[in-house]
Amino acid sequence: MIEKAILGKKIGMTQIFSDTGEAVPVTVVEAGPCVVVQKKTVENDGYSAIKVGYEDIKEKKLNKPLQGQFKTRQLSFKKYLKEFRIQDADKYNVGDEIKVDIFQPGDKVDVTGTSLGKGYAGTIKRWNARRGPMTHGSKSHRLVGSSGATGVARVVKGLPRPGHKGAKKVTVQNLEVVKVDPERNFLLIKGSVPGPKKSLLFIKNSVKN
Amino acid sequence: MSTKVLYVIIVVAEILIYRAEGGNGEMDLLTLVEQEQIRKDIPEFRPGDTVRVHTKVVEGSRERIQVFEGTVIARKGSGLKETFTVRKISYGVGVERIFPVNSPRIDKIEVVKKGKARRAKLYYLRKLRGKAARIQDRD
Repeated sequence: MIEKAILGKKIGMTQIFSDTGEAVPVTVVEAGPCVVVQKKTVENDGYSAIKVGYEDIKEKKLNKPLQGQFKTRQLSFKKYLKEFRIQDADKYNVGDEIKVDIFQPGDKVDVTGTSLGKGYAGTIKRWNARRGPMTHGSKSHRLVGSSGATGVARVVKGLPRPGHKGAKKVTVQNLEVVKVDPERNFLLIKGSVPGPKKSLLFIKNSVKN
Repeated sequence: MSTKVLYVIIVVAEILIYRAEGGNGEMDLLTLVEQEQIRKDIPEFRPGDTVRVHTKVVEGSRERIQVFEGTVIARKGSGLKETFTVRKISYGVGVERIFPVNSPRIDKIEVVKKGKARRAKLYYLRKLRGKAARIQDRD
C-alpha cells in the first residue's frame, strides 16, 4: 500500500554532479504542495482513501460540481484531483498540506505519468517487428507481416497490429530521489520519467522495497 | 530633462533584471537546479586555445592531481552539461579527452596559449600531423 505520495509536474531533465564528482542524470519534478480535499472512511464510503488537489487554478476554470468540492470545505481551487488509498489514512485531515519533504534523498519511488503520444504507428515502431527486405524486388518494406495460418479461419488474438501508440499510463519503478527542496517545492529524481514536460506525475514510495 | 534620463535608465535596468531572472520574475527551475553547481572559477577559453587541465584522480584511498595539456578542439552543450574536448599528441599518438566544464573533479584549468580558430569544432586537426596541425596565436 502507498505510504506516501504526491502529485507533481515534469519540468525537464538535466544532470548534476554527485559528491564523488560523477554526473548523475536527473529529472526535475515540481511537486506539491498538495492539499487533502476529501477523506473517505470505511464507515462512510466502505473503504479508506484520501483525495488530494494540486496546482492552483481560477474558480471560473472549474465547473460547478468541482467548484463545490472546494467551496464546501473552504479550500483554494485546484486544477488536478486524485484519490488514492494510503496507509494510516486517519492521520490526514481535510485541508492538510502534503509537501515534498515527505521524501528524503536516497528514497526509492515509483513515478506514474502519461507517456509521449506517438500517434498511429506501424508494427515496427509499436511492437518492434522486423521489417521486410528493402531490395531484391521486395515491396514489403515496413508492412505488417503474416496474419496467421490458412485454414484457421481467424486471426489469433494478441497479434501485433498497427494502431495508436503512446499517450498511455506508464509507471517507472524504483527510481532514486537525489534531492529534495521543500522551500521551492521540487524533487530531483535519478533517471527519466514518462511523459512530456509540464505533464502531471504521481510520485509514490516504491513497491519494490 | 535629467529626470527623464533617470527614468529611462530605471526602465532599462528593470528590463535587464527581468530578463536575468528568466522572464516571469522567477528563474526557470531547470536553470536554477544547474546554477547551484556551475563553477565560477573556470577561466574563459575557446576552441583553438591550449590548456592545462588539472584533474583530481583517486587512486585507492589517496587523491592526486593529474595534468592533461593540449588543444581545445570543441566545446559542446550548455549550462551544467557543457563539455570540452582536449587533444594532444602523446608519443606520436593522438589522444583526446572530454571533460565536463563544471566537473568538481577538475582542480583547475590553466590557459597556456590563446589560439585563433575560424570554426567552432576543430575536428580537422585529427587528420593533420606536425607543422600542419599548428594553430595561429590570438591576441
